[in-house]
Amino acid sequence: MKKYSGFSLLKNALSYHENWQKVWRSPTPKKHYDVVIVGGGGHGLATAYYLAKIHGITNIAVIEKGYLGGGNTARNTTIIRSNYLWDEASQLYDLSLKLWEGLSQELNYNVMFSQRGVLNLGHNLQDMRDIERRVNANRLNGIDGEVVSPQRIKEIAPLINISSDSRYPILGASWQPRGGTARHDAVAWGYARGADALGVDLIQQTEVTGIRRQGGAVIGVETNHGFIGAAKVACVTAGNSGVVAAMAGLRLPVESRPLQALVSEPVKPCLDTVVMSNAVHGYISQSDKGDLVIGAGVDSYNGYGQRGSFHVVEHTIQAICELFPSFSRVRMNRQWGGIVDTCPDACPIISKTSIKGLYFNCGWGTGGFKATPGSGYVFADTVANDHPHPLAAAFSLDRFNTGALIDEHGAAGVAH
Amino acid sequence: MLLIHCPHCQENRDEEEFSYGGEAHIVRPLEPEALNDQAWADYLFFRTNSRGIHHEMWYHAMGCRRYFNATRNTLTYEILETYKTGTQPTIVGASA
Repeated sequence: MKKYSGFSLLKNALSYHENWQKVWRSPTPKKHYDVVIVGGGGHGLATAYYLAKIHGITNIAVIEKGYLGGGNTARNTTIIRSNYLWDEASQLYDLSLKLWEGLSQELNYNVMFSQRGVLNLGHNLQDMRDIERRVNANRLNGIDGEVVSPQRIKEIAPLINISSDSRYPILGASWQPRGGTARHDAVAWGYARGADALGVDLIQQTEVTGIRRQGGAVIGVETNHGFIGAAKVACVTAGNSGVVAAMAGLRLPVESRPLQALVSEPVKPCLDTVVMSNAVHGYISQSDKGDLVIGAGVDSYNGYGQRGSFHVVEHTIQAICELFPSFSRVRMNRQWGGIVDTCPDACPIISKTSIKGLYFNCGWGTGGFKATPGSGYVFADTVANDHPHPLAAAFSLDRFNTGALIDEHGAAGVAH
Repeated sequence: MLLIHCPHCQENRDEEEFSYGGEAHIVRPLEPEALNDQAWADYLFFRTNSRGIHHEMWYHAMGCRRYFNATRNTLTYEILETYKTGTQPTIVGASA
């Protein structure tokens, strides 16, 4: 892999940028791999990268039915934060945030990680009690955060309406300065490039149609391009996790729902932070390109259609216009829906299964993007050692049998 | 936007009048205390999550305030039938 640098940019400029090395190969699949990762989104590619980088397992294939990072990785609002309530969740998300902080250097790929801070607004007394509890819990876990007043919110985001007679009066917020956003595509591409350089085969346009088992252990995957043998199969298929689990005769405690987002036309810089509100259900930031990126709610019903209900968008826009009256004239450009796999406790599943050599990383629901590096890191460790990483242990599938759920509905941002 | 036929009201009504009740035909165990943890978890949390034909409960919250079931395609979102609780669907199919 040729390293990207100012010098390489200059050198390639001399040949009119026509001689850049391909970012990754397009290999033909081998007959057998040590690990097959099903799903070439951010989490799957990160898993492949850390398996190769940290655990030295390079005989890996990532099998993707569409193109790399073409699912929810390309369909989210790119918000990154780690202010979750419970120890298990906050430590996992904070590991991720720490990895984000060095990711561009690690991958030699600019993921445009911007620590512009995240505000979570409170609109009534109970919101504020919950926010105070969460911020205190965060600080005990060594995660930055503070409770801020409406006046301070106004300083951070001057366009916001903090008047007490608004429909959703703002009483305060939690503020995590280390939070922010990143370029969604770049994360997938950066991990893909890094993994490819370490020898991982990235196989696109190939759909896994079955998981072959023998005597209670996995021996490979059936695809629309034939059988590929594998000692271990790691499934990272987000919204389609239930479908892939069914191929192995398993059921999961997840339900797939459409989650929507939308972006406006590009406007001049006016919002240099991320503003989220659970209570009125809207979250908003401005991309470097200038578009306002708005996250809407999740549809109430199961669906795989990658589109959502209009009234959900309408509800979110009503809230955004109340919070930011000046945005009422901004025109919306695009809207999309991603299929998220929601768990009963709004926490992911990073787990071994009852089938030997079969692993699942799913259930990230509405908040998986922020966890991309951490998720790949702990899942790679779990797959490599056939034993849960200490930070992943609490997220096993078995927690639904024991009842040790980790209820993060309050911090999850989107109601499930 | 879904247009849902309520089998109680016998009318097509807007999706916003309804709330979703999740997978239908899950039978509550008659003797919960006789189940092991795994069987209880399966009843409580594990779902079929069909990609394709799906039987699900809906609640006509802003209408007759009664539950009913629907058979819906979760890929196209087409509602193939709605039927009263306690009755069986006429359309059943392997999920896609």
